Amino acid sequence: MRISNSDDGITVCLTGEIDHHSARAMRESIDAAIQMKKPSVLRLDFSGVTFMDSSGIGLIMGRYRLMALYGGIVRVINVPEELERMMLLSGLNALDITEKRSEQFETAK
Amino acid sequence: MKPQNEMNIIFDSRSSNEGFARSAVSAFVTQLDPTVGELNEIKTAVSEAVTNCVVHAYADRIGKVFINVRISDNSLVTVKVRDKGCGIADVKQAMEPLFTTAPSEERAGLGFAVMQSFTDKLRVRSSVGKGTTVTFQKRLSCRVNNV
Ligand SMILES: Nc1ncnc2c1ncn2[C@@H]1O[C@H](COP(=O)(O)OP(=O)(O)OP(=O)(O)O)[C@@H](O)[C@H]1O
Ligand SMILES: [Mg+2]
Repeated sequence: MRISNSDDGITVCLTGEIDHHSARAMRESIDAAIQMKKPSVLRLDFSGVTFMDSSGIGLIMGRYRLMALYGGIVRVINVPEELERMMLLSGLNALDITEKRSEQFETAK
Repeated sequence: MKPQNEMNIIFDSRSSNEGFARSAVSAFVTQLDPTVGELNEIKTAVSEAVTNCVVHAYADRIGKVFINVRISDNSLVTVKVRDKGCGIADVKQAMEPLFTTAPSEERAGLGFAVMQSFTDKLRVRSSVGKGTTVTFQKRLSCRVNNV
């Protein structure tokens, strides 16, 4: 996992497998960074995630709530194809925080 | 149906064993030459069931988790994840999407919904104070008959 700062916020590149066991350490480092910087945008980059169960959804939702406390937002970016079904099942779409593939392409350009 | 091949594992309900459990089941099923997608679905369903044992069944202690995997009919995989934990009072309610008894631990209440969606058939049997058995089945699009 790598955390980097930009003008408007923080980008977290998540890597490896996200389950109940690994989510704990991820949560602690992300929350420490949020509390220190109080960013307006938290970007969660899933491009390096090779496996994820519903603990990953809990991780996103928890950060969404924490960011909302500071008036900030969460953007979920670069979701690998094999994780899309999990994201869809979670109903996260309703929050409109997941960037569409076309938007991802825009950013990549 | 008589299984053609079967395996059993028993391990402690420690969160560090969640990865071990899904890898072990995945390794056993690999002999059926599943697609990457099918394997990922089985791994995810196992991860959900085992995490429920760690988080809910044995909430304040370490207990044993039992996994039984059977291969039958050349392509049918049946996975049973069993615990001797607290049990579930209302299974129907527990299986409803977004229902969780542990929101403070950042549980999304999606485990059963994921198991349901990622497998062909899901059955949950539970008895309060005795434990829970989650059984799911998945038919693989087997490309070879080599069991
Ligand atoms: N093995 C079990 N023993 C006791 N209770 C269980 C067990 N499995 C599930 N439950 C109960 O059923 C509820 C729903 O389980 P489910 O896996 O769908 O959601 P969750 O575990 O709460 O959240 P998530 O799986 O998204 O992290 C749990 O909150 C818990 O109360
Ligand atoms: Mg669960």
